[in-house]
Amino acid sequence: MRRRHRDVSAVRDVSFTIAPGEMVGFLGANGAGKTTTLKMLCGLIYPSSGRVVIAGYQPQQRHPDFLRRITLVMGQKQQLLWDLPPMDSLRVNAAVYGISDRDANRRIAELSDLLELGEELTRPVRKLSLGQRMKAELLAALLHQPEVLFLDEPTLGLDVNAQAKVRQFLADYNRRTGATVLLTSHYMADITALCPRVLLIHQGHLFHDGPLDRLASRLAPERHVRLELDEPVVAEAFAGLGRLDSLHDREVNLRVKPQELTAVVAQLLDRFAVRDLEVNDPPIDQLIGDLFRQGRL
Amino acid sequence: MGRYFKSLRRFWGTALATQLEYQVNVLIELVAVGLSLLGSLFMLSLFFGPGRELGGWSWSEALIVQGFYTVLDGMASTWLRPNLSSIVTHVREGTLDFILLKPIDSQFWLSLRTFSPAGLPEIGLGLMLVAWGGHQAGAPLSPLGIVIVLVMLLVGGLILYSLWFLIAATSIWFVKTWNATEVLRAVLASGRYPVTAYPAPLRMLFTLVIPVAFLTTVPAEVVLGRANAPMLFLGIGLAAGFFAAARSFWWFALRYYTSASS
Repeated sequence: MRRRHRDVSAVRDVSFTIAPGEMVGFLGANGAGKTTTLKMLCGLIYPSSGRVVIAGYQPQQRHPDFLRRITLVMGQKQQLLWDLPPMDSLRVNAAVYGISDRDANRRIAELSDLLELGEELTRPVRKLSLGQRMKAELLAALLHQPEVLFLDEPTLGLDVNAQAKVRQFLADYNRRTGATVLLTSHYMADITALCPRVLLIHQGHLFHDGPLDRLASRLAPERHVRLELDEPVVAEAFAGLGRLDSLHDREVNLRVKPQELTAVVAQLLDRFAVRDLEVNDPPIDQLIGDLFRQGRL
Repeated sequence: MGRYFKSLRRFWGTALATQLEYQVNVLIELVAVGLSLLGSLFMLSLFFGPGRELGGWSWSEALIVQGFYTVLDGMASTWLRPNLSSIVTHVREGTLDFILLKPIDSQFWLSLRTFSPAGLPEIGLGLMLVAWGGHQAGAPLSPLGIVIVLVMLLVGGLILYSLWFLIAATSIWFVKTWNATEVLRAVLASGRYPVTAYPAPLRMLFTLVIPVAFLTTVPAEVVLGRANAPMLFLGIGLAAGFFAAARSFWWFALRYYTSASS
């Protein structure tokens, strides 16, 4: 018996540059290569080919000066000591990063203020709620004032309220410190709220790099037009007026290219007795959800 | 350097605090340590009844070997096992990521992050056994002798640590099947008896390949004033070699670390 090996490239031909202070969202289905890319950027995984430079350093060398400038927060993993209050873990981190007690206390006070953490810091981590724990994780990850934040699903499993708070904190933090943030999330709300720029990794390739709305128009180049007519009409009547999606009695759904939209709507109003007309963009999270579910473009 | 000392203080402070969260556990461990020592003394008394000899060692001399074994076993319970057995967990759960991203030596963190005070009485008991056995055997005790004993104890500890760490580091590859923690315990157990009590091929094996001889027999020979200089230097050289090997192997292994996925 022999084992057969197959080399699988998790990520191929992914190239991008991020300016200091940018907040960039990182999208992709499960297994698309998001986390692999993130880990390469942190220096946890050696890239088999290609080059990564972060703040002038090659991450995989994990130079201490590089490590002091970055941080990684993972929604599924925690660095806080389970049986002890977060404060103990914070003191360990302060010592490891060589932060003096005075500075550490000042930063803990500042960050816990922003994060709305108080006596939670002195309660054992195992007794904290998921939301409180995540906030304490963020505090632990930011104690050394990193310039580059890698956040892998930082709001995973949190309730809507806690998600919004974490989001608000990250926006504030970015504004106050000018830190660069690269964020992955399954929740589109995180991305839409925080990231003007979005990278979409699909099957290991970089599919999109730019604003979120441009991604929407790439994923769904057509707009949806819904009509309600006074009388039923046959399908043939819509020839040349976009693509007919569905026709139920007097309700019609069409897909129309954006550049033809005004002309088509004018003709529709002209030719038919229209009771109601609606033009819609499919919501972005639905589009991306479809993409992830289908696993293809 | 100051940063490392301060980190170590915080490491052990939190380790103690964690232990105190589970006080009954500590108590149970202490009882277990006492019982296991009694058991090994009983085993030893079967082999070396007073007046009997094994491999040229008398009962009281063999007690010194048992004493060093107990000290090393205590060191293993205090530092090696709690720390090195968690490497496999860190690899499996991916929390090694957090350690690798800290601006501190990852081997330092993994080797000294925690300690278990339950092993400390064992170290004390072992030292008492050494002292008592040495007294019984009429060992000549000079200040220089004590220094050499301590150096050889350090050599033994370093060899044991390096071997253990080498095996634990393979969990980077064999994370699913490999639980390395108990392997070296078995090897160390052969150090309960003087190495000369074993047949010649095993003696070679325990001196050069898996240098168990340097863990217990050689320190005991130092106490008894029987050790020769080449053997001591060989021990120091082996300890340095094993430590260097463990260190470079760790750096090598990390290149293959793929990190547990999210």
